[in-house]
Amino acid sequence: MADPMRIRAQAAGGNATVRVLMAHEMETGQRKDASGKTIPAWHITEVTATHNGKSVLTAEWGPAVAKNPFLQFTIKGAKAGDKVAITWKDNKGDSRTDEATVS
Amino acid sequence: MNQSRRTTLRQGAVVAGLLLSTGLFPQYAQAFNAKAFEAKSLADVLKALGAGAPTESKDVTVAGPDIAENGAVVPLGASTALPGVKQLLVLVEKNPSVLVAAFNMTDGVDSNVSTRAKMGQSSDVYAVAVMNDGKVLFAKKEVKVTLGGCGG
Repeated sequence: MADPMRIRAQAAGGNATVRVLMAHEMETGQRKDASGKTIPAWHITEVTATHNGKSVLTAEWGPAVAKNPFLQFTIKGAKAGDKVAITWKDNKGDSRTDEATVS
Repeated sequence: MNQSRRTTLRQGAVVAGLLLSTGLFPQYAQAFNAKAFEAKSLADVLKALGAGAPTESKDVTVAGPDIAENGAVVPLGASTALPGVKQLLVLVEKNPSVLVAAFNMTDGVDSNVSTRAKMGQSSDVYAVAVMNDGKVLFAKKEVKVTLGGCGG
């Protein structure tokens, strides 16, 4: 499976800013390798963020998102100690979930 | 013969039921929308997402650099102060894949998202807010790219 995601969730003024760095190749399907064959597209297609178990943000990503994707968003009404979980699914069917606590 | 057909049918129904319960069929109507990501223009993306005609708006902001040194990693963001946002979209007009990302917002998050995208060449970047009432508002910003990001 892929490397763990790095999630930082910081509470500030009643909200929490969450920054996530995911480890993923994010192949567009446009590149060709040394022999001229097109490298097939392999990228994250869906991302879900939950706050204390409740889904607060979902995203659909295309091949244009950069390699090792970064995501930043702000959860309303979060406080220190809350749990934030991020899940991604890619077009090969792989998926990964990582959790962090708001600090 | 009859026995095995019956059990096969029953097992098929059980498997189908299990598949439904695993959540492979998402509860929200938006599964990965491949058509939207294959669209080649802002208008086509919105059509694929079932959204209406877009209007430029000062209330939507595109966050991004004026000049991106590395087209493989361009920080781009979309935000709006308006309430009632259903979706925030980030599009790069001249990319082979115009729609970079679609974020489905809920009341639990601010309408402000940032990510990093690949840009093949200097292009307009659009931030689009699809509102709950069906209005589609957008803002655009030109981002110049000195080194293209599609591996070309």
